[in-house]
Amino acid sequence: MTPILDVNRLRVRLPTPDGPATVVDGIDYRVEPGEVFGIAGESGSGKTMSVLALMGLLPQGAAVEGQAVFEGQDLLHLPPSKLRRICGRELAMVFQDPMTSLHPMLSIGTQLTEHVRQHLGLGRRAAAELAVETLREVRIPDPESALNAFPHQFSGGMRQRIAIAVALACRPKLLIADEPTTALDVTVQAGIIRLLDRLRTESGLTIVLITHDLGVLSSIADRVSVFYAGRVVEAGTRIDVLGHPRHPYTRALLDALPHPEATATPLIAIHGAPPTPRRIPPGCAFHPRCSYVQASCREAIPPLVPVNGRALACPVDPLRVGIPG
Amino acid sequence: MSALELTDVVVEYERRGLEPVRAVAGASLEVERGAIVGLVGESGCGKSTLARAAVGMVAPRSGTVSFEGREVKPLTRGARPHELVRLQMVFQNPFSSLNPRRRVGEQIGDALAVLGLASRPQRAGRIAELLEQVGLPQAAARGYPHEFSGGQRQRIAIARALAASPSVIVLDEPLASLDASAQAQIANLLVELARELEVGLLLISHDLAIVRHVADTVAVMYLGLIAETAPTSELWAMPLHPYSEALIAAVPHADGSGTMPEALPGEVPDPSRPPPGCRFHPRCPYAFDRCPSEEPALVALAPARSAACWLQQPGATLATPAVKSASRLASTRSAE
Repeated sequence: MTPILDVNRLRVRLPTPDGPATVVDGIDYRVEPGEVFGIAGESGSGKTMSVLALMGLLPQGAAVEGQAVFEGQDLLHLPPSKLRRICGRELAMVFQDPMTSLHPMLSIGTQLTEHVRQHLGLGRRAAAELAVETLREVRIPDPESALNAFPHQFSGGMRQRIAIAVALACRPKLLIADEPTTALDVTVQAGIIRLLDRLRTESGLTIVLITHDLGVLSSIADRVSVFYAGRVVEAGTRIDVLGHPRHPYTRALLDALPHPEATATPLIAIHGAPPTPRRIPPGCAFHPRCSYVQASCREAIPPLVPVNGRALACPVDPLRVGIPG
Repeated sequence: MSALELTDVVVEYERRGLEPVRAVAGASLEVERGAIVGLVGESGCGKSTLARAAVGMVAPRSGTVSFEGREVKPLTRGARPHELVRLQMVFQNPFSSLNPRRRVGEQIGDALAVLGLASRPQRAGRIAELLEQVGLPQAAARGYPHEFSGGQRQRIAIARALAASPSVIVLDEPLASLDASAQAQIANLLVELARELEVGLLLISHDLAIVRHVADTVAVMYLGLIAETAPTSELWAMPLHPYSEALIAAVPHADGSGTMPEALPGEVPDPSRPPPGCRFHPRCPYAFDRCPSEEPALVALAPARSAACWLQQPGATLATPAVKSASRLASTRSAE
């Protein structure tokens, strides 16, 4: 199958007062049509920057290298006018906080039809009909009257559904969702996860889902890439990566989560904190926090290599070595 | 007697030209020294308001809050009574609760100076001790808040609360803005503090997984009322209120299995116009004719367990709402 999105050696450098900082350091991934592709990692791991780069939304002064081929076109080297035609129409994005991504002073109807008319050239009435249909798809009750309402009149979960509707209005092929459930309650989060799953199965939508929540990825992602300090450390199917993690970092992230059976024992926290982009340790960036560290880890960055159907950037295999004492 | 006791607390927010919003509609809660009480519920259920009432930051319309046998009076222009310094609070966002322009040590030392808990020469030693208690190096005292990560900043905020030698700390979503590994570190720290310093903790959180791991007992709140209270492990093994059951089913499991969490239909209703009868009935999968008309009270069902649900009757054998509902339906059918 040809991937719908093929990202190669993506590198992003941001200007800081102390010189440029590399926030994304040579990332590769492929997204197949119709799948939910999960990107996991802690804050500052480069998850968000790696997708903002695709849409040309990086802060001013950012330097981007590499390739990101979407439907045969390299998004990173398109003129802005062409990129603008693709973004919003074939490639759409949903952000973490629906309160800041929706305009507080414009009606839902305006926000749902403006880009539809622009991109698809529809008239006012046809755009409104499409808007009602899209709102119905994301299960907003009474979509006709919702068109005349404003964002503040809806709850957080409903607002995120509306933000998803705005992204879906032009029937994009690929939806990038950046922490779409992080600001929501678990009960509402479950509703959004089910909505994304339904969109994937019913309309064949491809989704890139970025989240730090491994539980969310466990329920819906087909494949998962784990980011650490701007690099991919482990990638593979959901069952491989989250069910049988082999990178010490993936393992540690999963171990840090409360486990259903072991409530009396303390949580196994990863000691230390993720490095800032200006101070990434030499060798494997995770080595100062890793319990399996070896001498070689401090010297060379381990390459991401295929290991039994997954990709792994670690010379030590925790399964083989066993848990350190 | 518990260190912190809230009894039938009602908190209303006035709105100009509109009826007041009853954010807390008669909730009772107890926190003992050395115990961790988790307070969970969806946003808008009134858990943060209840936390604020517990430390006297908002005035209850009715009901009482008492701390070590004394009434907690709402904050006014005057100084807070000296007896209440042993009741402390930690807020969600350590980025805004710490002063960015003062050194960490000075901010922790404020409490020692104001309360006269340590003389000037003793202060540095005590600050170092407090930093050590929360797992930070002594050198942290000389740093500014921006030099620390989110998790470290939350540790500083906790150290500052500990400076007053509290017997109870109320923590409002202390883990919400942290990454998984920092969350685990702070969660472990809270358990340590409760056990070693015998501090009682009231932990407000929307993250059920972490509350499950940390709390000794849990209170589940819905639309201003406590729906269920139980020892943590028992609540997870057998929730008695349909709302607790729904909250637990909505938590996704990070095991790579691909199981979908259960969504709870509907929204938390407007607290200024709560539904009649049981407040949860419009969203409850087991609601029957009694639920929309009569409001169930929070009743004791077993030692340390209580729930406010018409499916649960005192004296009956304990079972989940699903089981109770099925047997209720079976008995009504046989009666026909």
